[in-house]
Amino acid sequence: MFDNPFIEIDHVTFGYDNTRTILSDVSLKFPRGKVTAILGGSGCGKTTLMRLIGGVHAADKGRVVFDGEVLNTRDDTQLFRIRRRLGMLFQFGALFTDLTVFDNVAFPMREHTKLPESMIRDLVLMKLNAVGLRGAAHLRISEVSGGMARRIALARAIALDPELIMYDEPFAGLDLISMGVAAKLIRTLNDTTGATSLVVSHDVPECMAISDWVILLANQGRVVAQGTPKQLMDSLDPETRQFVRGEPDGPVKFHFPAREIAEDFLR
Amino acid sequence: MNPAQQLQRLGAWALEQSRGWGHAAYFVFDLLRVLPPSLRRFGLVVGQIYAIGNRSLIIICASGLAVGFVLALQMYYALVTFGATETMGLIVNLALVRELGPVVAALLFAGRAGTSLTAEIGLMKAGEQISAMELMAIDPRARVLAPRFIGGIISLPLLAILFSAVGILGAWVVAVMLIGVDAGNFWSIMQTRVDVWRDVGNGVVKAFVFGVICTLVALYQGYETEATPEGVAYATTRTVVISSLWVLGMDFILTALMFSTP
Repeated sequence: MFDNPFIEIDHVTFGYDNTRTILSDVSLKFPRGKVTAILGGSGCGKTTLMRLIGGVHAADKGRVVFDGEVLNTRDDTQLFRIRRRLGMLFQFGALFTDLTVFDNVAFPMREHTKLPESMIRDLVLMKLNAVGLRGAAHLRISEVSGGMARRIALARAIALDPELIMYDEPFAGLDLISMGVAAKLIRTLNDTTGATSLVVSHDVPECMAISDWVILLANQGRVVAQGTPKQLMDSLDPETRQFVRGEPDGPVKFHFPAREIAEDFLR
Repeated sequence: MNPAQQLQRLGAWALEQSRGWGHAAYFVFDLLRVLPPSLRRFGLVVGQIYAIGNRSLIIICASGLAVGFVLALQMYYALVTFGATETMGLIVNLALVRELGPVVAALLFAGRAGTSLTAEIGLMKAGEQISAMELMAIDPRARVLAPRFIGGIISLPLLAILFSAVGILGAWVVAVMLIGVDAGNFWSIMQTRVDVWRDVGNGVVKAFVFGVICTLVALYQGYETEATPEGVAYATTRTVVISSLWVLGMDFILTALMFSTP
């Protein structure tokens, strides 16, 4: 599975400023044509990892390899070429609020292709149909709910049939029906287009159901465990068990590091 | 604080300032680089001229009219003492086309259109729309900033001309219709003494320079803002303050360069 990975993170260290390291010496491989889920608690660097793959930020140390090509964030031509091959679903949709639902999905097509408007119309309606929102094409973004916005963003992310689709928290805020549909859609898209999918989430059951490979991250991008969903579910490692079963106490502490409780309350 | 610490603070301040100026200069050159391709999609620019220019019409016309009214009234009280009310048309015209038109229109533009540009781009950034464009291999400078910049530098000179024209009409209403200054004198002295290139032309050049300043400041503040509600609020305030100071300072320099000889 890892002979020819689509994405390789090689000893990457990154922080948004000098005071805090978000990822510390992280090395990962994402298999080609598979759905890989990155699971981990809030703030462990999952979204940052996606931004590094998209070339939004440059790694302080180490390298990000995209389909055999080392990413150089200073090379605009290379970034343009690579970004044409990826689609990203943002955590809060990142839809263009001055455009309608239809125009949002049509946006990448109009910017990057010279397709006639009649063909763009058909393609957009097909993408919207896939997420169940063909009937909402005429609505403005201010008129759709949060869950609908996520599905529209998903339709936009797959507008140009990218080779790599990155999903940032695709299930957060969705009702159970939409969640099931979104999970099925991610799996189906991957199977039909042969794309490589990267799902960042903390919804364990959904990710386990649709992923081929699961990576469990802890703070600063430390890899706690990785394997097939079954291997992780059957793992005896206490940290892995705590996360996949959602247990409140264990190696992962609920409380942010603080001094002794008595020092704060019994003075 | 000992002298070494003071020197250290001064050095840190100088470094921070030069970093800020360098960053702004890089932003401007980067924006200029993407202007030519943006001109090919003139539909986006027309949309911005509508949003920035047309939607500023009411405030510009109302302010121009009010300035014309009070200018005529104040001039009348000053000129009547010397029996020179026939020069009122000239004074009002020169004051408006050389100074008040470009400057007041620019200050209003910074408050009305500049803040709107900063807030819009700041909120696009906060909503990750800018990041989404980058990840779609679409340059947000070319798609978002450039059309707004071109729209701004086209709109402000037109608004300044309109401001001056409405101001002159306002002055005519007060001077000729209400006070009774001779209408022939009011218009003819403008025709003989106001030079189209030297007076009106230089006024338009000023407005163009102010358009570049106000739009650049608004775009820079929006694009570089911290993507939080507080960040956007500070950025919009900074847009008005920085634009206004630049306009007032630049106006003095341009006036000295353009009208230093009688």
